[in-house]
Amino acid sequence: MEIKNAMAGTLESGDILIQVEPGEGLQVDLQSSVSAQFGRQIKAVITETLKGLGVENASIKATDKGALDCTIRARVTAAVVRATGKDVWKD
Amino acid sequence: MRNSKVVSLEEAIRKSGLKDGMTISFHHHFRGGDKVVNLVVDQLARMGFKNLHLAASSLSDVHSPLIEHIRNGVITKISTSGLRGELANEISHGLMKEPVVFRSHGGRGSAIASGVLHIDVAFLGASSCDELGNASGCPRSENAKSICGSLGYALPDARYADHVVVITDDLVAYPNVPKSISASDVESVVVVDSVGDSSKISSGAIRDSKNPRDILLAKQAAKVIINSGYFKDGFSIQTGTGGASLAAVKYIRESMVEKGIKASFALGGITAHMVKLHQEGLIGKLIDVQSFDKVAAESIASDQTHQEVSSVEYASAEHTGSAVHALDIVILSALEVDVNFNVNVLVGSDGIIRGAVGGHPDTAEDSALSIIVCPLLRGRIPCVVPKVTTLITPGKSVDVVVTEYGIAVNPARPEIAGRLAEAGLKIVDINDLAAKAKSIIGEPDPLPFGNKVVGIVVDRHGDVLDEIRNIED
Repeated sequence: MEIKNAMAGTLESGDILIQVEPGEGLQVDLQSSVSAQFGRQIKAVITETLKGLGVENASIKATDKGALDCTIRARVTAAVVRATGKDVWKD
Repeated sequence: MRNSKVVSLEEAIRKSGLKDGMTISFHHHFRGGDKVVNLVVDQLARMGFKNLHLAASSLSDVHSPLIEHIRNGVITKISTSGLRGELANEISHGLMKEPVVFRSHGGRGSAIASGVLHIDVAFLGASSCDELGNASGCPRSENAKSICGSLGYALPDARYADHVVVITDDLVAYPNVPKSISASDVESVVVVDSVGDSSKISSGAIRDSKNPRDILLAKQAAKVIINSGYFKDGFSIQTGTGGASLAAVKYIRESMVEKGIKASFALGGITAHMVKLHQEGLIGKLIDVQSFDKVAAESIASDQTHQEVSSVEYASAEHTGSAVHALDIVILSALEVDVNFNVNVLVGSDGIIRGAVGGHPDTAEDSALSIIVCPLLRGRIPCVVPKVTTLITPGKSVDVVVTEYGIAVNPARPEIAGRLAEAGLKIVDINDLAAKAKSIIGEPDPLPFGNKVVGIVVDRHGDVLDEIRNIED
């Protein structure tokens, strides 16, 4: 699966900005306002969502402002759709 | 004039007899615009003082220059109600050897009056002052520039400190009446360019929250009050300054007009919302320890039935004349409420100090009905939790918790739960609220607290309530 640079989300409170770049394996670099309590969970949700979409090689930069899991999944999915050009909702 | 007490700041400090290790005090009526604390402590540092105890009624973002004075040993102990910004962050990470002592506003007033918190020299900013030291938070000339209204938190300091220095940016002709601080309590008067940044002392305009969740919470809180059994002609009320709290006043007002109910007084931090109801004749009197905005400050300057009150007479547990003893209803906010109705308003869910005790425990304990209004979640941060990070207001003082997922009533108040249920309000178990929060956000990992005590919470009766540990990252 070919990955181009892409992003989804915002830096608003309650949202997460996901930036996707080509990479070797899955690398998730997380900055979060709630990292002490939820950093582990947020990384797990990002990784699961990527794998669910069949992404095995990508570098992810995530800037989180307290997003809930549903928001994180939506932003990761949108970023991957933009990065791969493969519309998971349509195709 | 003869007997003028006007001197330079350096001379005032020298005259005060201040020595290393003594206690200096400040008030926080200039809020985020305060220039007095930094001005005085900078001067004390230049004069070589060390090991001072800084006892402020509260500290905020603007006081980050204190970090250097703590590192250099000028300030080695702090007592306050609140701590915010970079200073709070550094202290949470272990900046000070001695823990910060946190007291409520009523608790601080009591501690000063009883001598538990002895003040050697008080440095009190004032919006106007004459040459003998009669001082006020109200404007008394065209040159007035830093107006704060009530000086309620400064009054115990003025009365009980060994030595009082008033610092003003508007020296007016004697006599400066009506006065808040009396010349008979004042030793020196210092005139400076500016005691505060007026744009940060108070906001000029009333801004109603447009956040739909705040409006929902406000409507629910108003319904709780109206159906609580305490909403009767002659009732008294205090509200916090959160968006939902202020908006609740709007809905209570509608019901007061409709039912012909009038309040006898409103207490505490007074806002434009309360002034409006007072001017409409819906609230008889305003008892004001802190004027939160320009409208409140203008009202206290001109209205005999809008009265200043000292923090002792506002919220002391021991003082027989405390206004809180006569308070019926209080609406308060919270950073966290736990399943035992305990409330935290001081330490964030990241373990870092970011708030103020304020009058929260004082008003919750003494009011007939205390209502906490908070959302279930702020972003991913839960507000209803199994156990509060830091205990500020014990659950036995808290009667009702209003969230957007339902209203929880303390099991100790079944009669209130009954009345609210009868009125058709959704009453839920507080354990179910905590479980709902957890189902949305998951289980938070424990915070990386260290073993160093960085703060001690002293309750309004003088007993240690909780300790705050340092955070490691």
